[in-house]
Amino acid sequence: MTTKLFGEPVRRREDARLITGKGRYLDDLGAGALAAAFVRSPHAHARVTDVDVEAALDVEGLVAIYTYEDLTGPMAEPMPVLIPHPQLHAPRTGYALANGVVHHVGEPVVMVVATDRYVAEDAADRIAVSYEELPVVVGVDAAREARATVHDDVPDNVAARHHQETGDVEPALAAAPHTLSFTQYIERSACMPLEGKGVHARWDADDGSLRVHSSTQASTSVRAAIAAKLELSLDRVEVIAPDVGGGFGVKIVHPWPEELLVPMAAIRLGREVKWAEDRREHFISSAHERQQRQEITVGFDDDGRITALDVHVWHDNGAYTPYGIIVPIITATQLVGPYAIPVYRVVVESVYTNTVIVTPYRGAGRPQGCYAMERTMDRIADALGLDRAEVRRRNLITPDQFPYDHRLTFQDGRPVIYDSGDYPGLLDKLVALVGWDEAGALRADAQARGKLLGIGMALYVEGTGPGPYEGGHVQVLGSGKVLVSTGLTSQGQGHETVFAQIVASELGVPIDDVEVHTGDTRRFGYAVGTFASRAAVMSGNAVALAARGVREKALRIAADVLEADPADLEIDEGQVQVKGTPGASIPLRTVAVLSNPLRYAFDQAAQQATQFVTHDDSKPPVAPGDAPGLEHRDYYSPIRSTFASGAHAAVVEIDPRTWEIDVVRYAVVHDCGNVVNPMIVEGQVQGGVAQGVGGALYERMAYDGDGQLQNASFMDFLMPYASEVPDIAIDHQETPSPLNPLGIKGAGEAGVIPGTAAIASAIEDAVGRRITSMPISPTELYDLMRDETAERTAGSQQVPLQTGVPA
Amino acid sequence: MTTSVDSERTVTVTVNGVLREATVPVRRVLSDLLREDLRLTGTHVGCAHGVCGSCTVLVDGVPVRSCLVLAVQVDGAEVTTVEGLAREDDRGGQVLHPVQEAFRECHALQCGFCTPGFLVTIAAGLEARDATAEITEEEVDELVGGNLCRCTGYANIKKAVRHAAATMRDDAR
Repeated sequence: MTTKLFGEPVRRREDARLITGKGRYLDDLGAGALAAAFVRSPHAHARVTDVDVEAALDVEGLVAIYTYEDLTGPMAEPMPVLIPHPQLHAPRTGYALANGVVHHVGEPVVMVVATDRYVAEDAADRIAVSYEELPVVVGVDAAREARATVHDDVPDNVAARHHQETGDVEPALAAAPHTLSFTQYIERSACMPLEGKGVHARWDADDGSLRVHSSTQASTSVRAAIAAKLELSLDRVEVIAPDVGGGFGVKIVHPWPEELLVPMAAIRLGREVKWAEDRREHFISSAHERQQRQEITVGFDDDGRITALDVHVWHDNGAYTPYGIIVPIITATQLVGPYAIPVYRVVVESVYTNTVIVTPYRGAGRPQGCYAMERTMDRIADALGLDRAEVRRRNLITPDQFPYDHRLTFQDGRPVIYDSGDYPGLLDKLVALVGWDEAGALRADAQARGKLLGIGMALYVEGTGPGPYEGGHVQVLGSGKVLVSTGLTSQGQGHETVFAQIVASELGVPIDDVEVHTGDTRRFGYAVGTFASRAAVMSGNAVALAARGVREKALRIAADVLEADPADLEIDEGQVQVKGTPGASIPLRTVAVLSNPLRYAFDQAAQQATQFVTHDDSKPPVAPGDAPGLEHRDYYSPIRSTFASGAHAAVVEIDPRTWEIDVVRYAVVHDCGNVVNPMIVEGQVQGGVAQGVGGALYERMAYDGDGQLQNASFMDFLMPYASEVPDIAIDHQETPSPLNPLGIKGAGEAGVIPGTAAIASAIEDAVGRRITSMPISPTELYDLMRDETAERTAGSQQVPLQTGVPA
Repeated sequence: MTTSVDSERTVTVTVNGVLREATVPVRRVLSDLLREDLRLTGTHVGCAHGVCGSCTVLVDGVPVRSCLVLAVQVDGAEVTTVEGLAREDDRGGQVLHPVQEAFRECHALQCGFCTPGFLVTIAAGLEARDATAEITEEEVDELVGGNLCRCTGYANIKKAVRHAAATMRDDAR
């Protein structure tokens, strides 16, 4: 069949517009719209005592100024707790504009609307806000100590205490032949899409309707939030995600204050209003992730097999908890990775700090969980003098153990039951791909060049494609064009291409006939959003089911015309034909015309479907239960998540004079079930690895003790350029998911998950000092090497250490 | 004499081969002139402090960060944006620049936001070199080294540079 496209590296359909400057990103819309700018809190914790707008009033071009006092009804109430959870015992959210107390630097206090952004910022600069500063809490350790509190009524700063256990861990640890206890840290980074957030709103006063464009990962839910907050009927609000310049999680949070305030201003002013976030705003008022303190106790036998694992995590959730405890839950449940852990207990205490909120960033708690588990494996290997790959191998869940029930509850409220996988297969491929067993020769070669070389690995399992559902709509027009829509949004992953491949394959049409729309509530109103590597799994299967519905209807109509049994028909290249009978065929576009019985022939093709041309008068033109049009809508709602997996290895070279850390080799083995488009999957992996390397070696949010973010710019927050990203060797394994019709698992987040763990392991291997805090810079590594009290690994004697820089 | 921030000047500039004129406040930056006044929105602003390179355009053939250049500074200059990379063929159709073709062929973009900055930088760099010579890895690194991309991890961008250089070499021979 010529139209089989599933599994092919089809070139992206998005690219034609994006490489010619014809993309339509948020800030490209709304020419002539009024511009919004915000006065944001310069303090991490303070009481707003006065807002004096007097000096701004004579700025020419000023249109409006809004403070909390101007908010009415639901807008004056706190922002929603998007994902409530019984263990989130003290949820707190901010207000669209500060109401009395600000809890982090960057919190919006005043909104200014003016003729353009320059003028809006002029006016914002002239607004004088007075504050009474309050004590500040920064970092998990300060939050734990609770000498100061972030929220008056949360005296221990603990928002949630998430707890899961699969057995009685204390006796299991007591009975273990060996135990190890240790504490480690991981720091904050952030999604940092190259396009910040942005909102454009247009109010049609005649129609009483609102059209909002937002650079969001969840347009249907933004729509519902706007309707609720602005007290509009849902049918009066439409939300569209245009081309979105990257998301990585930060744009799944909603409604952002600006997503409510910009539409509010558009309605009140009867004018189009737009806000495009600038980079500093993105640093100080969007979301971060990753900071945790992890206290781990593991019990294991003489062979290195884990018998019990007890983990206590302190998770920094920032100033508010709009996204609930999703990140802590994911850390808690994905920590176990590909391993069979007989008894496991985890407690995650999610604590408030006077910093930007913490919500999912690609990986969403998994990098931290992987870091905890994989560093535990390294410790066990070191304690027993075993090879790190071998210790992992002995603990892996084996292929005959699927479905494997971890007896944990996942982020979707459903059990963590791994559907399929081959983890020993992954490990074997990784060992071969990276040359694990030849590391000694590499080390000797590096030593000859005066460098320290280390190798590390990390394995992960990623729950992908959580529910509740996504939907798809497929419609064949009389022109032959196939329209596909799904409510889930795109941020550059290539959904237009992947969904077109799926529909073209299912329906038997040329891919060029297929046009895909995502994230537009005018086209599809029911959706959840793009997160948790769920787009291909959820919307991919939904559009496949919808296409199958269209195919069935097309065959039924064509069978009438061709006087054949539908079972004898096939669709190929847009032609419905009798299998094995050349010539007995009808174009799918004609079937589409015939599917809609007509009175009026508005064009040539339509004549075929008019009432004096079609002759069967024995039944109604539209049979009971049938509907006009060649279209179908369907939904995919999984019983639970499907679990992808992978293994990464890193080889680092360290210069003992400068302690510069260079990742010289990086290997990835990846299993996301059946692959729709290998080119796109590899692109996702490569991009994820780059973020993983950034998170391991360069990126951190440097807050000072006053809660000021010291590096809120691309000059100071070090995202990898090309020079920082190693060449990546990729190998694939395909273990189809038995849970969905296409057998696919998600691939979007995987690449980032094991980076920190694998690189920490490699550095530790190179220098023989325990790496307990990531990311690590050359300066920190230098300090660690000079620290006489720093813990040495058992293998460290083998590493000749010299520091070329005198102490 | 001081000039107020809202005093205006008329800027005459050739953009993508077309003479354009705009009267703008003196503090307006080039990226805003292009995006707002001339409605050429292919140039994207990623950081507005000259680091990410998304807003890169060519001024008299040289890559510059349009967020750090005032509109009045390009008076009389020739500016090329991503919209000007493709050329028209004899029949009025569009012929993509080899770098644009290479980006699509090599999957060198995902969200596409940073892409215009890479495209114009790489196009200028490839056009400035001897097209008949095989491109070196050092040259590739140099051409992609100054721009940030958060999606791709750069491997496919580097691949696209090699691909485009090979195309241009074939064309030059």
